[in-house]
Formats: sequence, C-alpha cells, structure tokens
Amino acid sequence: MAVHEQFADDLAIYAAGSLAAQEAATLEQHLETCPDCRRELEALRGDAALLALSAAGPAPPARSREKLLSAVKKEPRRQRMVLYHARPWWAVAPVAASLALAIFGLFLWRENRNLREQQAEMQQKQQSLVAELAKTQHESEQAREMLFMLTSPEVQKVSLSTNKNAPQPAGKAMYLRTKGHLLFMASNLAPLPNSKTYELWLMPMSGAAPMPAGTFMPDEKGGAMVMNPPIPPGTQAKAFAVTVEDAPGSEKPTMPMVLMGAGE
Amino acid sequence: MAGLYDRYSSIVYSVALRVLGDTGRAEDVMQEVFMQLWRNPAAFDANRGSLAAWLAVIARNRAIDALRKRRPESNIEDVVVAADLDLESDAARKIAIEKVRGVLGGMPPEQRRAIELAFFEGLTHTEVAAKLGEPLGTVKTRIRSALQALRKVMA
Repeated sequence: MAVHEQFADDLAIYAAGSLAAQEAATLEQHLETCPDCRRELEALRGDAALLALSAAGPAPPARSREKLLSAVKKEPRRQRMVLYHARPWWAVAPVAASLALAIFGLFLWRENRNLREQQAEMQQKQQSLVAELAKTQHESEQAREMLFMLTSPEVQKVSLSTNKNAPQPAGKAMYLRTKGHLLFMASNLAPLPNSKTYELWLMPMSGAAPMPAGTFMPDEKGGAMVMNPPIPPGTQAKAFAVTVEDAPGSEKPTMPMVLMGAGE
Repeated sequence: MAGLYDRYSSIVYSVALRVLGDTGRAEDVMQEVFMQLWRNPAAFDANRGSLAAWLAVIARNRAIDALRKRRPESNIEDVVVAADLDLESDAARKIAIEKVRGVLGGMPPEQRRAIELAFFEGLTHTEVAAKLGEPLGTVKTRIRSALQALRKVMA
C-alpha cells in the first residue's frame, strides 16, 4: 500500500485517537485527497480495536439490559406518520387508497426479498444484523418518498383518460420534476396479447421527442402501475401518454394514444 | 437490539470502564453507544469490517469524550474500522483477546505505557511525550510500532 511515509507515524497516532490538534488538522486535509492513506487509517483503527479488546472482561450490570431495551422502545425508529398530513385531494381520490396499498405491498415484497437475500449473507458473515437494519431503513426511506409523492403539494398530478362512458381506461401520473420521480397508475385497461405491451411516455415541455417512461401490462382487472422509470431529474413534463407497442417496448410512440393527459 | 446487546455489551462496557474507571459512567457510555447504533444503524458499514471492532473503537472514543467532558468529536458514521478478522463468535474473540494480551505483555514497558496512555487515557502524543519525558519522535514511533505489532500477530 502506497502510504505516504511522511504521514505514517501520524496516521497510527490518529487512529489511536491521540494526534494533537495541529497535526491532526494537517493529516485530515491530506486524507481528503489520499485514498491509500484513508485505507491505511481504517486498517490502523482495526489494530486499535484489538488494543481495545485487551480491556475485555467485565460484564455490565444486569439492570442495564432492561434499561437499554426500554429506552429503545421509547424511541421508535425514524418513522413519520405522513398519512395524517394528507391533502384534500387525497381524501376524494379513491384511486389513492389502492395506490397506497399497492405501494405498501411493494414495500413488503421488497423488504421480504431483501430479508431473504440477507439471510443468506448472514450465514456467510454472521454479522449482517446491522446491515439488515440499514437496508430496511433504506426501503422505508423509499416508501416514505413514495408517500411524499402522494401527499406533497409540490408534486405535479396529471389525470389521463379517454372521456368516454365508464368503465373506460383511466390513468393518473404523479411526477416530481426535481427528483425525476414518477408514479403512474392506470385502471380498466384492455388486455393485450403477449406480443404487445403498454408504454408510458413523458412529453417534455421543451418540445423534444417523447421520452419512454416504462412499459407495463395490466393485471386481470385492467389495473397497472409504473414506479420511478429512469427519467433524468429536472426534465419538465408537458403531458403524459400511453400507447400500445410491440413487446418489449419502443423508443418512439406508435399512434394512437390509449391515454393522454396534460399537466394540471 | 436485545441480540446485539447480548453479544456486544461486554466489549463496549469493558472498554468504557477501562477508560473511565467508573462503573456508572461506563454504563452511561455503553447506553449511549447502543442508542446511537439504534438511531443510525447505517453508520456501521458491514462490508468494511467487524461490528465488534467498530463498537470497540466507538466505545473508546465516546468514553474519552466523557472523560474530558466534551462534546463528541466525530460522527459515528465517519469512523470506518477495517478489521479483517473474526471477532463475532465468543470462541474467536477469546483467542484474539489472549493473543492481544500476549503481544502487550511482550512489549517493552515504555512502549506499552505510551500506547496505553494514548489510547485508554486519551492523552495526545505531545502529552504522552511530556509525561514520559521522551522526545516526540520516539513516542510517535513507539505508538506506530505497537499497532504494527498487534496487526502482525493477528495476520
């Protein structure tokens, strides 16, 4: 490892938590630009951890276990009850309830998949408990972002329909331009043969060509959902549309449009 | 959390007790370390090393902060500890502890004193040099080679 020799002593002392402030500042500046020295620092901290182990032995008093567990109970993980801040449109839109259920289902499914992957990992490493917590936190972060999509006034909401008598295909797109997040849900879609697929399009405000925003097939009740297709953040949307394309999807929309809607 | 506590509380507590020499304060530090992990489990990067080693280093840092009655100097997620060794099972940990104690026992007393003053008493290297009446350069080299000796024996 190409550690800079002039920092070798200081790195060790820094890892032991003992480098005086002035030298520490100089070293920290160097560490910002030197991955080799950062790696060596991490390894030296591992050596310092061994030193810490030499103190091992005494067990904490029995009462501290209860104390910690009850402190943990009082402080639930970062969870915000976003649903309680729901905006009025949410209350009147029946589609939103099923959307929330779908998201929750997706969240559970992902978490489940995630847990299964991590179970295998745990057998290998016997230490992924914390990694699992971290990943679960990440998933709940995603779910929270999706709930934000449903409730935030910043989010552009577009209804897509054919304006005919019910039951007609209908869709709703929720798009957060700043993050490039898009949530689309459709209902009453006609079934398609396997050789075809529905495709969602974003019509840019700039007048550029329609951008593919994900393909989807309806379930047996004609419902479908597209979540976060790859859209560059910042893309301004004038409208959204759905077409039928040859599977597995197209780069250009084929007329006619099944659904179409402009921003509200 | 109960599982983590059962497995790691003794390490965290022992390190804090070694630094603080007071069971009540050591218990407080242990409580704080576990609560931080609870609030921010992503702070520990499981791909980079062992949880036992990471907790040992975090416990030492927090105990020194408590000793000096100062606010925590670093965020726990900024402390990455790479330890390529198995400290997770009780048996493996016992072997490691014995090896480490063997290395420390075999060190020249002045070297052992230097690294212990730095690590467990939280003295800066200049304070260590003043306390031992030795040149700065000598103290620096002693601390570095002490850590090297620990790495070598575990390799």
